[in-house]
Amino acid sequence: METQNTTFTFSRRNFLRTTALASGGMLIGFNLFTACKSEVEMPVDIASLNFNDFNAFIKIADNGMVTIFSPNPEIGQGVKTSMPMIIAEELDVPWKHVHVAQGILDNKNYQRQVAGGSQSIRFGWDALRQTGATARQMLVNAAAARWGVDASTCTASEGVITNEKGETLGYGDVVKEAAVLEVPEDVTLKDPKDYKIIGTDAVNVDIDKIITGKPLFGLDYRADGMKYAVVMRPPAFGKKLVSFDDTAAKAVTGVEEVVRFGDKVAVLATSTWAAMKGKKALTAEWEDDSELESTEDHDKKLTEILDGNKFDERRNDGNVDVAFANADKVIERTYESPFLPHNCMEPMNFYADVKPDKIHLVGPIQTPSGTARRVAEMLERNEDEVYLEMTRMGGGFGRRLYGDFVMEAAEISSLTSKPVKVVYTREDDMAAGIYRPAIKYRIAASLKDGKITGYHLKEAAINRNMYGLIPHFFPAGCIENYKVETGNYQSNITVGAWRAPYTNFLAFAEQSFFDELATELGQDPVQLRIDLLQNVKGNTDERIEYSGERMEETIKLVAEKSNWGKMPEGVYQGFAAYYSHNTHVAEVADIEMDSFGNPVVKKITVAVDCGIVVNPTGAKNQIEGGVIDGMGHSMYSDFGFANGAPTATNFDRYRLIRMTETPQVETYFVENGLSPTGLGEPGLPPAGGAIANAIKAATGERLTQQPFVKYMGKEVKEVEG
Amino acid sequence: MPSFSLKINGNTVTITADADTPLLWVLRDELNMVGTKYGCGIGQCGACTVHIDGTATRSCLIPVSAVEGKVTTIEGLSEDGSHPVQEAWKEIDVPQCGYCQSGQIMTAASFLKENPNPSQAEIREAMNGNICRCASYNRIEKAVAVAAQKSN
Repeated sequence: METQNTTFTFSRRNFLRTTALASGGMLIGFNLFTACKSEVEMPVDIASLNFNDFNAFIKIADNGMVTIFSPNPEIGQGVKTSMPMIIAEELDVPWKHVHVAQGILDNKNYQRQVAGGSQSIRFGWDALRQTGATARQMLVNAAAARWGVDASTCTASEGVITNEKGETLGYGDVVKEAAVLEVPEDVTLKDPKDYKIIGTDAVNVDIDKIITGKPLFGLDYRADGMKYAVVMRPPAFGKKLVSFDDTAAKAVTGVEEVVRFGDKVAVLATSTWAAMKGKKALTAEWEDDSELESTEDHDKKLTEILDGNKFDERRNDGNVDVAFANADKVIERTYESPFLPHNCMEPMNFYADVKPDKIHLVGPIQTPSGTARRVAEMLERNEDEVYLEMTRMGGGFGRRLYGDFVMEAAEISSLTSKPVKVVYTREDDMAAGIYRPAIKYRIAASLKDGKITGYHLKEAAINRNMYGLIPHFFPAGCIENYKVETGNYQSNITVGAWRAPYTNFLAFAEQSFFDELATELGQDPVQLRIDLLQNVKGNTDERIEYSGERMEETIKLVAEKSNWGKMPEGVYQGFAAYYSHNTHVAEVADIEMDSFGNPVVKKITVAVDCGIVVNPTGAKNQIEGGVIDGMGHSMYSDFGFANGAPTATNFDRYRLIRMTETPQVETYFVENGLSPTGLGEPGLPPAGGAIANAIKAATGERLTQQPFVKYMGKEVKEVEG
Repeated sequence: MPSFSLKINGNTVTITADADTPLLWVLRDELNMVGTKYGCGIGQCGACTVHIDGTATRSCLIPVSAVEGKVTTIEGLSEDGSHPVQEAWKEIDVPQCGYCQSGQIMTAASFLKENPNPSQAEIREAMNGNICRCASYNRIEKAVAVAAQKSN
C-alpha cells in the first residue's frame, strides 16, 4: 500500500523534444501526461477540476545560465521553487545559476498544468527528474563528441563536463551541439544520496519581487487601453435580475460603459475606484427565481438526512448491524460545520481581451487549461485562439480551480469589444463564492470486550459528497465491521473544493471520535491508534492507500517530539493523525488556560511523512500554514445564509485567525527516502481534531461543532444513541 | 477632476482624481505602484499598509484629498530591498503566496522604528492587524525579531 508504488511508464521518444533556439541555447520540453500512466486514482475530484496536462522547459544559455520554466500554477504552495529544483538536481547545475520563469498555458506543447489536490510534486517527480537527466546526458554526449571520446568516460557536475584527461567544458559551451543531438533512450537518474539541491533549503524564487512590491499578481496586471470592470451580481442565491437603472452609475467620473450579461451588470471604468463607485450607484429590481435558503433550513435538512434512510453506500466491510447488536456499548456523536468561503487575500480578478483573431487572458487561475477551453466554448471560438498567461496567485485554497471569474471577464470583453480586467471587491468575493459546503457527520462505534468492533459513518452534505478514495481512508481496514454512507441536499448555493476538500472537516469529526473512544476504552489515544493500525498492515485492498507502517512511524515521531504524555501540570495535549493527499501527518496540540479560563493553543507539534522532502524550508512553510489555517477555521470562522444572502461579506464580520491567536508550529519529517508526495493540503485536516482533543483534556468539554469559539462553554447539543 | 500634489517615496507627483479616491487606488491605478495591495477596503486586513510620515497607515481608508505628509510605499522602503525588514523576510523565507507581505513588511518597519527592541508579545500584538491567509504568522513573527537584531 505504499504510495511510492505509483508507476510511471516513459517513452523517451514521446517524452522529449529538443529545439535549437534561434538565439542560441537548447530548449527541452516534456509532456508528462502522454508520458505517464498512473495506476492509482487521482485523489481529487477530476470532473470538477478539469485536470488536463502539464509540461516544463529548460533553456540553457551559452554562458551556462539556465532558465527553467515552472510548469504549474503557483498559488503559494511553493511549486515554482520546488519543481525547478528537481530538474536542476538531475541537470546538475548550481541552483544559483538557475532562473525560474512561469510557463504559460500551451495546450499543444504543455499539458496538465494544474494546481490542485497536492499533486504537483507527486506527479511531477519522475518526469521532472527524467527531463533534467536527459538534458544532462545530451550535454555530456555533445562534449564527448567534441573531444572524440566515449561519453561514458565523461562526467557532469555543477554545469561542467569533465573528461578522463581532466579537460572541462561548460554546459554553455556545448549547448548548441547538444540541442541537435538524438534524444538518448536511457539515462541514469541520480542516487538520492548524491543529491546536492533536493533536500536543501531554497528560498521562494519570487522573494525579491515580493519584498519590493514588484507586479506579480493578477490584480497587478495592466494593459494598454484596459478598462476596469466591477460587476453587480444577484444579492442572494435564488434571485434573478428583472431590470436595472444605470443613470447614477454613468454619472460617476471615469465610468464609461454599463453592460448587462445574464443576471449580472458590469460597470466599466478608467480606474478600479470609479468602477467600484459606479457599481454601488446602480439600482436594480430583483425577483425570486428559486428558494431563498437560510442556515436554519440547511441545519434542519442535514439532520433529516442523517435521521433518514436515503444513503449511498461508499464502503461496507463485515456487518455493522450485527456488531452493534452484539456490542457491550454503542457510542454515537454528530459533528457539524458551517459553509466556508475561501477568502484568498487577492480577490478574484482576471484580464480578458477578446479579439476576432485572438483571446488574450491573463490572471490567477489554478486550472488554466480547462478554463481556457470553457472560455472558447462559451464564445464559440476555437481553443487554439486562446492565449492564457498565468500570474502568481494571491492564494487559491480551491477557489481558483473554478474559472467563473475568467468567464465573466471574457464575456464582458466580448460584449464591449474592449480589453477588461474584472475585479471583485472583498464583498463580491465573499458573496459570489463557491463555498465549502456545510456538512454533518454522524459516527457510531460498537465496543465489545475492550475492542472497537464496528464503525458506522454517515455524511450529510450540501450538493456534493466525499469523493474518490476518502471512504477508504483510516479506519477502513483497521476495524472489521465498517460502513460509510453519504446523503446530500440539493441547494442553489454554489459549493466546491476548499483546501483538503471534505477531509478538512471529516478529519476533525473522526479524530475527535477516536479520542472519545480511547477514553471509553481507558486507553491512551496514541497507543490505541498504533494498535488499530496493526490491523491494516498486509491488507491487499487497493483502495486503501494509507500505510499502517508509515502512519505508525509518523505517530511515533510526533509522540517523541511533542513529549506526549509527559507534560507538566497546566499543559494539556490533544492528538490527531490523518492521511490525505498521499501524505501521512500526525499532530499534537499543547493547550494552556489563560487567566480568564479560556484555552490557549500554545504549540502544535507535527510529524509528516511526505517521502523525500524536496525543499525543506518550503515544505515546513506549507505545514505551518496548513496547520494554522486548519486551526483558524476550526476555531473562529463562521459563515451562513439568511434568505439566500451570506451573513458576512468582509473581515469585519468574518473572522480569520490572526497573529496573537497563532501557536508555534514545530515540524518534523519522517526520513525514508521514498518518492515525494504533496504538502499543500495534508497539514490542515488533523489540526482541528488535535485542538479539540486538547480542549477536552483541559476543560472536559467535548466540542462537536465548528467554529469552536461559537460553542465553547455552551452546552453541547443533545446527541442521539 | 481636482488635482493633488503628493510626496511619494521622495518624489513629488501631481495626479488628478476624484477627491474621495482612496490613496490605495491612486497608487495602484494612477501611479502604477502595485506593491501596495487591496485586500478588504475597510482597514481590516492590512494588505494596503503604507507609511505617512513614518506611521503605518491603511491606504484603503484615506482619501487622496486627506493625504498630508510624506508617503512611503513598499517600492520606496529601500532602493534595493535592503531594508532590515526586507532582508529578514528573505532570510526567514517568510512568504507563501506573498500577496499580504508588502503590508506586513510596512507594518513591521514602522513598528520597529517606534520600538527597536520589542518583546515577542509586543511583536505579536503589533502584527495583529495584518491578516496572512496562508498563515505564515510564525515566520513573520520570527522575521520581525531578526529585523530588530539587524537594525541594532
